[in-house]
Amino acid sequence: MITRREMLQVSAATAALVAGSGGLSRAFAQQTLTQDDLTRFDALGNVTLLHVTDIHGQLMPVHFREPSVNLGVGEAKGLPPHVTGADFLKRFGIPAKSAAAYAMTDQDFTALAASYGKIGGLDRLATVVRQVRAERDGKVLLLDGGDTWQGSLGANSSRGQDMVDCMALLKPDAMTGHWEFTYGEARMQELIKSLDFPFLALNIRDTEWNEPVFDAVRMVEKGGVKIAVLGQAFPYTPVANPRWMMPKWSFGIREDEVRAQVDKARKGGAQLVVLLSHNGFDVDRKLAARVDGIDVILTGHTHDALPEAVTVGKTLLIASGSHGKFVSRLDLDVQGGAVKGYRYKLIPLFADVIKPDPAMAAAIAKARAPYAKELSRVVGHTESLLYRRGNFNGTFDDLICAALLKERDAEIALSPGFRWGTSVLPGAPITVEDIHNATAITYPQVYRIAMTGERLKEVLEDVADNLFNPDPYYQQGGDMVRCGGLGYSIDVSKPIGQRISGMTHLKSGKAIEPQREYAVAGWASVNEGTQGPNIWDVVERHIAAEKTVRVTPNSSVKISGI
Amino acid sequence: MRHLSRRAALALGAGSAAIALVGWSKSASATPQAAAADIAKFTGGAKPETGKISIELPEIAENGNTVPLSISVDAPMTSADYVSDVLVVAEGNPNPGVATFHFTPLSGKAEASTRIRLATTQNIVVVAKTSGGKYFTASKLVKVTIGGCGG
Repeated sequence: MITRREMLQVSAATAALVAGSGGLSRAFAQQTLTQDDLTRFDALGNVTLLHVTDIHGQLMPVHFREPSVNLGVGEAKGLPPHVTGADFLKRFGIPAKSAAAYAMTDQDFTALAASYGKIGGLDRLATVVRQVRAERDGKVLLLDGGDTWQGSLGANSSRGQDMVDCMALLKPDAMTGHWEFTYGEARMQELIKSLDFPFLALNIRDTEWNEPVFDAVRMVEKGGVKIAVLGQAFPYTPVANPRWMMPKWSFGIREDEVRAQVDKARKGGAQLVVLLSHNGFDVDRKLAARVDGIDVILTGHTHDALPEAVTVGKTLLIASGSHGKFVSRLDLDVQGGAVKGYRYKLIPLFADVIKPDPAMAAAIAKARAPYAKELSRVVGHTESLLYRRGNFNGTFDDLICAALLKERDAEIALSPGFRWGTSVLPGAPITVEDIHNATAITYPQVYRIAMTGERLKEVLEDVADNLFNPDPYYQQGGDMVRCGGLGYSIDVSKPIGQRISGMTHLKSGKAIEPQREYAVAGWASVNEGTQGPNIWDVVERHIAAEKTVRVTPNSSVKISGI
Repeated sequence: MRHLSRRAALALGAGSAAIALVGWSKSASATPQAAAADIAKFTGGAKPETGKISIELPEIAENGNTVPLSISVDAPMTSADYVSDVLVVAEGNPNPGVATFHFTPLSGKAEASTRIRLATTQNIVVVAKTSGGKYFTASKLVKVTIGGCGG
């Protein structure tokens, strides 16, 4: 095995450059950080895994602020990925204000964004993939962890086609998924049929006969090593998303099936077993401890970006971030059916530094052309940083909730705790693209209903348990539902039914009454036949009316039990 | 009737077991005590040992109205030693009794599959009786959730 210093190549590469209090000038940052720095890697062994996941429809480079609050409970308490901000920098030895600090944390985000610019873009990714393939000829597997085809105006309008077309140029070896399923069973099958690589999901059965729907595994040889890639789709897709969109498919963690597939792969001669997973990090950490024989789990779903591999027994867990910001490179020395050594680097795709691949850049331009005018249309401006990621609230969600309250004349607003959605810098225009990056789903109707205080508490308790159940197998991996007009206290250490207290109607300052009905507006209902305007139109109307938005810090959720 | 015959067909397909389904009409309140009483009646008061049984149930139900359940009991299934009866109870249902499966050595395997209805988050308890008069048990927690907001 290798030293900690070697593992931290990314911080070494990007730490040399540390911005001052006011940030570096953009030009200086661009000159100092080089593509060679970002991609430099002391190759090891006979196999290289490249992993991307949770791109969420982002063809272009993005601003994406990582979370400031990402609490772990139970055995995961205090462990990565449940380490954020200054603690994250300390834990991984990353200097404050460095490029790595900007890529992986929320610290000094606005100032550092001005220095280091956007990160990601499939054209930058294509450059790195091509470079690694050239360097490691015949040894490379590129694996896509899913949540690739959803999350932007273009992806939603083309029902995933723009992402499928551009990703095809990267020639991945396999993928799995989650939000992909919200295009419905027929569209999924149609898109999958067009792929030159398998869509793997060992944990999906048809509801009628309990038979497998997708391939479980891809056996492939690289660098003289027989590799089994198993795919695990998001286990709770029909719970977290509308089940009526995938009525004939049943998901679940299916730990026994994972175990059986690993055994089968080993018996079939696999010398390296890789699980391409959309379980979420804590679920995979538990799975790794309970299922023998998995060498590598490429995690996804919970959008964690970690600069080191996490080991559980003999299993390596890799967390490659989200929104196309990073590509993970994991070199493995596989001898006699076992991993003898590894070297890992989370490569941030700084858009100003990595040269775009011309063929991919052209494909992206073509995919965006039908929507180009609409995407760039300015709706208003923001004085505040707009972001979403974090366990309890984000300023973009506060803005969405404000829109729901005003445009739908509601007392309380509920907005889903999705982990995807890009950030908008203070002083920047808010474009139609920005709004869709936070709202682009296939069930966008804004409902307005009467809910009793008791029902509201049930909803909050239910979602909180999906996030803070101490057993990761009972978690769903989203963040807490965002509330507008409603404050509450939460003790994350308590069981379901006892976490939420002090619910307050913020406008009146009065306690929420269990039996009283409140006018509630929200979006992303999983119920079929939900009526109402599209969320992006509601948000657009609000921003257009406000012209310039300012979101004050949200202190309406009081957190304890940490 | 289609639903009932399909369930029976599934159970048969999974191990040639006969199945007795318990009705839903009884309006008892849901308590683990009621479930414990059903189990005590099944075992004649004997305390079951843990093990031998594997239960396939989702951790979180996709639809509480029809939750797929598979049970298999590790047993030789010879005339000298076989599993004769398997009881399934749902601790949180208004009527905790879900089903009793009956097997013979000719069943070959002590395996059965069906779909069950779960009113709320609860433990599903399975108890198996062997021809030698021994009892084994296993349980699994299934969460029934409102849904939404994930991702």
